Amino acid sequence: MNQNDVLAAVVEAVAEYNEQLEDEKKLELSPETRLLGKSSKLESFGLVNLIILVEEKLYEKFERSITLADERAMSQERSPFRSIESLAEYAFILLNESA
Amino acid sequence: MTDRVILISGARKGIGRALAEYYLAQNWHVIGCSRQASDLEHACYRHIELDVNDEAAVKAMLTSIRKTEKRLDALINNAGIASMNAALLTPVSSLRRVLETNVIGTFLFCREAARLMQKNHFGRIVNFTTVAVPLNLEGEAAYAASKAAVESLTRTLARELAAHGITVNAVGPTPVQTDLLRGVPTEKLEDLLARQAIQRMGEVRDVINVIDFFLRPESDYITGQVLYLGGIS
Repeated sequence: MNQNDVLAAVVEAVAEYNEQLEDEKKLELSPETRLLGKSSKLESFGLVNLIILVEEKLYEKFERSITLADERAMSQERSPFRSIESLAEYAFILLNESA
Repeated sequence: MTDRVILISGARKGIGRALAEYYLAQNWHVIGCSRQASDLEHACYRHIELDVNDEAAVKAMLTSIRKTEKRLDALINNAGIASMNAALLTPVSSLRRVLETNVIGTFLFCREAARLMQKNHFGRIVNFTTVAVPLNLEGEAAYAASKAAVESLTRTLARELAAHGITVNAVGPTPVQTDLLRGVPTEKLEDLLARQAIQRMGEVRDVINVIDFFLRPESDYITGQVLYLGGIS
């Protein structure tokens, strides 16, 4: 498992998340897509659902159970949830730590 | 396999066992769990041994339900422990044990179950509280505090999960003759019954009646409620 595998899994989870949404609310499947802040299409409720899907996807792919929204994530100056890429980077760190 | 799937914690004995047998008779597929093995055998029953406050074990159980039964319609958070003691004599270790099973266990089951339930945009969660909360029963400080936390969780989760089609309610039984009452003095029980509007011991059927009501599809407009038995309010 390398960082690109994790990014691909996160993008897959976002694609699954998009399936529940109307076209105008769908997220672009790009690493730069914003998940937080004014330029994000995601509401807080949507972010919770997306994080659940990402955790499930990572478990399915790598058989490791991680908790993305832990205290460490919440206390970081730059939130790991700001973009698809930053979420994947953070997930990669947690997956390695749980190995 | 039947369509509807229900998860019942503390299903080996007492009210939990009676609930498992009842919902099997109602053609539900029942998954029961407890710390020890169960002797309940039925084509639609599966038993899982775990500690309800063991996060990894609870997660693994829900992963197995996701893979095997593929859905979860209802969760009954029945597992619970009591601790009868004067507050001035209660060791912190007792308080911690009660909080871990009753509060952390309930929270963990709600969180993991709701993750699976939200996939079908439907779910019914029933938590267990006690009349010891509104009655502020002497000698039950640890138990009542833990169940007050369960009531608070019930109300907050009801709001957080409403958008997912999941209702969260709680039933508060009066004393029912189970192992949980072992060691409670008779005069203490009589005092308690005297404070109820309807002065008799609770029975399992009283608890089942409330849970049935919360589980009904028609009860989709009822959430965040705590319903006490015996006329306690």
